[in-house]
Amino acid sequence: MFAKIWDAHVVHQDDGAPAILAVDLHLVHEVTSPQAFAGLVRRGLRVRRPDRTVATMDHSVPTVARSTGGGGGDDGRAVLTVLDDAGKIQLDTLARNCAAHDVRLFGMGSAQQGIVHVIGPELGFTHPGMTIVCGDSHTSTHGAFGALAFGIGTSEVEHVLATQCLLQRRPRTMRVTVDGRLAAGVTAKDVVLAFIARVGTGGATGHVLEYAGAAIRALDMEARMTVCNMSIEAGARAGMIAPDDTTFAYLAGRAHAPTGAAWDRAVAAWRGLPTDAGASFDAEVILDGAALEPMITYGTNPGMGGPIGAPVPDPDALGDADERAALRRALAYMQVEPGRPLLGRAVDVVFVGSCTNGRLSDLRTAAAVMRGRKVAPGVRALIVPGSEAVARAAEAEGLDQVFKDAGAEWRTPGCSMCIAMNGDQLRPGQLAVSTSNRNFEGRQGQGGRTLLASPLTAAAAAVTGKVTDPRTLAPEAAV
Amino acid sequence: MTARFTTLTGRGVLLLANDVDTDQIVPARFLKVTDKAGLGDALFCDFKNSYGADFPLDRPAAVGAEVLVVGKNFGCGSSREHAPWALVAAGFRAVVAPSFADIFRDNALKNGLLPVALADADHAALVAALTADPRIALTIDLATEQLTVGAPSSLRASFTVDPFARRCLLEGIDELGYLLSHLAQIEAHERAQEPRA
Repeated sequence: MFAKIWDAHVVHQDDGAPAILAVDLHLVHEVTSPQAFAGLVRRGLRVRRPDRTVATMDHSVPTVARSTGGGGGDDGRAVLTVLDDAGKIQLDTLARNCAAHDVRLFGMGSAQQGIVHVIGPELGFTHPGMTIVCGDSHTSTHGAFGALAFGIGTSEVEHVLATQCLLQRRPRTMRVTVDGRLAAGVTAKDVVLAFIARVGTGGATGHVLEYAGAAIRALDMEARMTVCNMSIEAGARAGMIAPDDTTFAYLAGRAHAPTGAAWDRAVAAWRGLPTDAGASFDAEVILDGAALEPMITYGTNPGMGGPIGAPVPDPDALGDADERAALRRALAYMQVEPGRPLLGRAVDVVFVGSCTNGRLSDLRTAAAVMRGRKVAPGVRALIVPGSEAVARAAEAEGLDQVFKDAGAEWRTPGCSMCIAMNGDQLRPGQLAVSTSNRNFEGRQGQGGRTLLASPLTAAAAAVTGKVTDPRTLAPEAAV
Repeated sequence: MTARFTTLTGRGVLLLANDVDTDQIVPARFLKVTDKAGLGDALFCDFKNSYGADFPLDRPAAVGAEVLVVGKNFGCGSSREHAPWALVAAGFRAVVAPSFADIFRDNALKNGLLPVALADADHAALVAALTADPRIALTIDLATEQLTVGAPSSLRASFTVDPFARRCLLEGIDELGYLLSHLAQIEAHERAQEPRA
């Protein structure tokens, strides 16, 4: 599948040079684009294909009204106030650049606004067989549709704005096969955390992943997006899942999906994308899906994780001196003791959201646990939908009320506490169970500590106030 | 911008940690800039607190160092080009590691910050030499893809850089200019593909 998409997008390749790769969809957000637009203007260039460029505001947008006296917007919602001048200038810069270059922008206040990797698929911009790039490493999310999607730096954003192409070396391929059937309480997030724990945070560097096997095929599109989203956390350029009827059913009728005869032609082409039987990969990893358990991280990169009931590894048991030092340092930062499980550890904050787990199915999962229960005393729980559309759908089902009744904060869409640029952040020393994608030191706020887990495990922590195996909660809450 | 790199002789500083992610290189709260300058002070600004006392980059011997020597998988995590911008702003011109994260390596090359990936044994020998004498001179020659330590050299190590990126750095070829010179082919490719969409 990777080779078919790659080959179809190579425009030209000189001897000794990387391929010139055509880009079908370029997603843009406020943080990694200003310098790229400025570079473009300095050269006297314009965005070459605004029709293939889509922008949103997500990283710095507030998710709660800050000025209570600010009155309401046209839709009756409270007005959102950006945290600081720097964030506001960056958002204004994106709006100005998009206006000047005729780029579609789903800005603050737009009914389509949301996290870039949530709205792309939701609006039907993401199609199988496409090449998709964005100045954001979680662009791998879109690979769930059988697209080749990867994150790029700001210099490359400028290249794509100017030419709709990139210079790329052909990466290697790795197949990640997850056989069997996931047990109750085990989600897509647990699958990908288990994979990353297996290969390590740099274990897939230089590779494009293809996730395959019965457990992957059984996932719905939102779950597949969760898996592909975190490919970068193993170092991979991209992660892909072959398109199938699940993919087509999700896409059909979306705002920017093909219609009529064009749809039929597209589906026929997409059916030819899956990897041919007998194709070989540069590397293979196999996981037994039936044996997977709810996962949680204990350290300071996403590879430092394990089953929720397993003891945290002991640095002294590691043979490699560097690995030993790294784990010792990580556990010291996390204030986690080796040799015993994290179960029962008191938590301060629970964050449900992000491009990893901020979609409707994730909110349904969290709500199922929180319905009829209360957020434990002393715990702050933030529920941040991934987009305006997710928020509206959740509200239509009454999920917002479930969260509010439980004592959780129901926020407006954005990246929020995943990257802590908008004021949603941990205080120094706080411990969070988070459905986001990175547990790096300080990622969710200076001095904050993060345990990555599924929405199910996060919600279980919210209502119990401690790290809890979600399978041990009362059965009505199980999914 | 045309990034250039030919040779460099300078001092190195050891920061021996594996998997240093881009949130450690530049915390996200410093990403609200609209230009590339001024990120030098943000470099490792939180990491240095959790690293413990005596952060290597704050030692007297590190003043003026142009080569950062780090552990494996340096620059993992986000795609932020602010990471190499901050390293360049702080005076670094090369980073030496056993391995790099993909996006960081590509971003670094586009900013004239040379990512030098050494074989484990060479990396270990470099670490030993720098530990013994933090002020020892390091020479990095991109044309010959050689790193030498000391004068006369006590260690000579080979490395490879992507041949096209190497040529761009040595000859000052502008990558975007190269892409723009292929616009006719790009347009032809699009014309051939689009009727199918």
